[in-house]
Amino acid sequence: MIEARTLTARFGATTVVDAVSFSVAAGEAFGIVGESGSGKSTLLRVIAGLHEAWSGALLLEGAPQGRRRSHRGRVQMVFQDPYGSLHPRHTVDRALAEPLAIHHVGDAPGRIAAALHAVGLDAAHRFRYPYQLSGGQRQRVAIARALILEPALLLLDEPTAALDVSVQAEIIALLQRLRRERQLSYVLVSHNLAVVAQLCERVAVMREGRFIEELAVGDLRAGSAHDPYTLELLRASAGFRRAARRV
Amino acid sequence: MTAPLLEVSDLVLRFGDTEAVRGVSFAMGRERLGIVGESGSGKSLTGRAILRLLPSGATLQATRLAFAGADLLAATEREMRALRGRRMALVLQDPRFSLNPLMSVGRQIAEAYRAHGRASMREARAQALAMLEAVRIREPQRVHDLYPHQISGGMGQRVMIAMMLAGDPDLLIADEPTSALDVTVRVQVLAVLDEQASRRDMGLILISHDLDLVASFCDRVLVMERGRIVESCAAAALDQAQHPYTRRLLASRPLLAAS
Repeated sequence: MIEARTLTARFGATTVVDAVSFSVAAGEAFGIVGESGSGKSTLLRVIAGLHEAWSGALLLEGAPQGRRRSHRGRVQMVFQDPYGSLHPRHTVDRALAEPLAIHHVGDAPGRIAAALHAVGLDAAHRFRYPYQLSGGQRQRVAIARALILEPALLLLDEPTAALDVSVQAEIIALLQRLRRERQLSYVLVSHNLAVVAQLCERVAVMREGRFIEELAVGDLRAGSAHDPYTLELLRASAGFRRAARRV
Repeated sequence: MTAPLLEVSDLVLRFGDTEAVRGVSFAMGRERLGIVGESGSGKSLTGRAILRLLPSGATLQATRLAFAGADLLAATEREMRALRGRRMALVLQDPRFSLNPLMSVGRQIAEAYRAHGRASMREARAQALAMLEAVRIREPQRVHDLYPHQISGGMGQRVMIAMMLAGDPDLLIADEPTSALDVTVRVQVLAVLDEQASRRDMGLILISHDLDLVASFCDRVLVMERGRIVESCAAAALDQAQHPYTRRLLASRPLLAAS
């Protein structure tokens, strides 16, 4: 589906993604975990064609990609914050119609209704504005917008980080179902190991621009990582432990 | 018998006709109390009501709100100011918004000292350095002179804690103190809070949306939903909670460990 070879991205003189190589098979979900500044979001933006200062090779469905992307809607992205990623003064209908208009796709009303249905919303939500929706509903709209061009690959940047835990569980279930139904591939970026473990088969741990370890999700769950940083992340994710509490 | 550190009875907070907090009652001693809930559950407003720091338009009503036996409902604004910082302190989520960007972090801590007591500039500076060391900041001399934008989020939150501890409070209310931090930094900041709470024998209220965090850090947990406390239990027994809402929250957590 997608293959990256020694992908490097810079901001001016600073290298934020440093010679990263990986591949994701069709229908596979690949997770990238890391902390702030690890370069994980920039890597995703390079794949999406939103960050131009990169080098190395990037192949989408076998086709090498240039600086500017020409994937024609085969790759779509969902951002962390549904409050920021939807235009506050556009209705849901307009948000979903826009990608169709840009890509000259016909039957907008039918496709919009189908996309809303796919993410568990109905006609009642179609002419609402973002402020009239809950955070979870907004993220469903963002997912519907990403799906409306029928992409093969979804790039998910912390898609549940801004949501309450019960809403997060709903969105995770939605993403699991959509992948099954549509044989989608995912690249998911998150700081939350548990969310990545729920959605992906394979996980890369990123730190200071590099992949320091890549492991199957079963190994992540079992805690059988090798890199000391991965082990530290696993320990920290397990919650607070009072190692030396004085009594 | 001494009065509990904090007593809250039938606390109600209204915004116009909307009740955001509807009849919350609890009492606590020098313990670690967690308040968990989702957005809009009223957990943060409850924390702020204790300090009587409420957004404009909110009205507070309670049958009793008392701190170490002193009635907070009857306290004048002047009396409340004397309590805030010195007896009760508040740590908020994001240090980027709660630190003064134009003042070095050391001076901010020193200022907090001078606000709470008669300390000379020199004494306050020495105290600020000692506090930076207490919250486990390496090279306190260097960090003392840095401005908030020059330090990381985890360091900023430790600076906030140092500042809030300057008045040597009896009760520290921490509202999502680690939500803006990376997981590995989160545990370091929690360790600092834990150590200081033990050493100073403070009461600590940890307000969070994170059940695992609260269960692992606190002694006792209150679960809030839509302005009400729906469950109160020992933190260690949270996974055996009975209320359907708590059960639903527990079931919603994505789990990492193989089940």
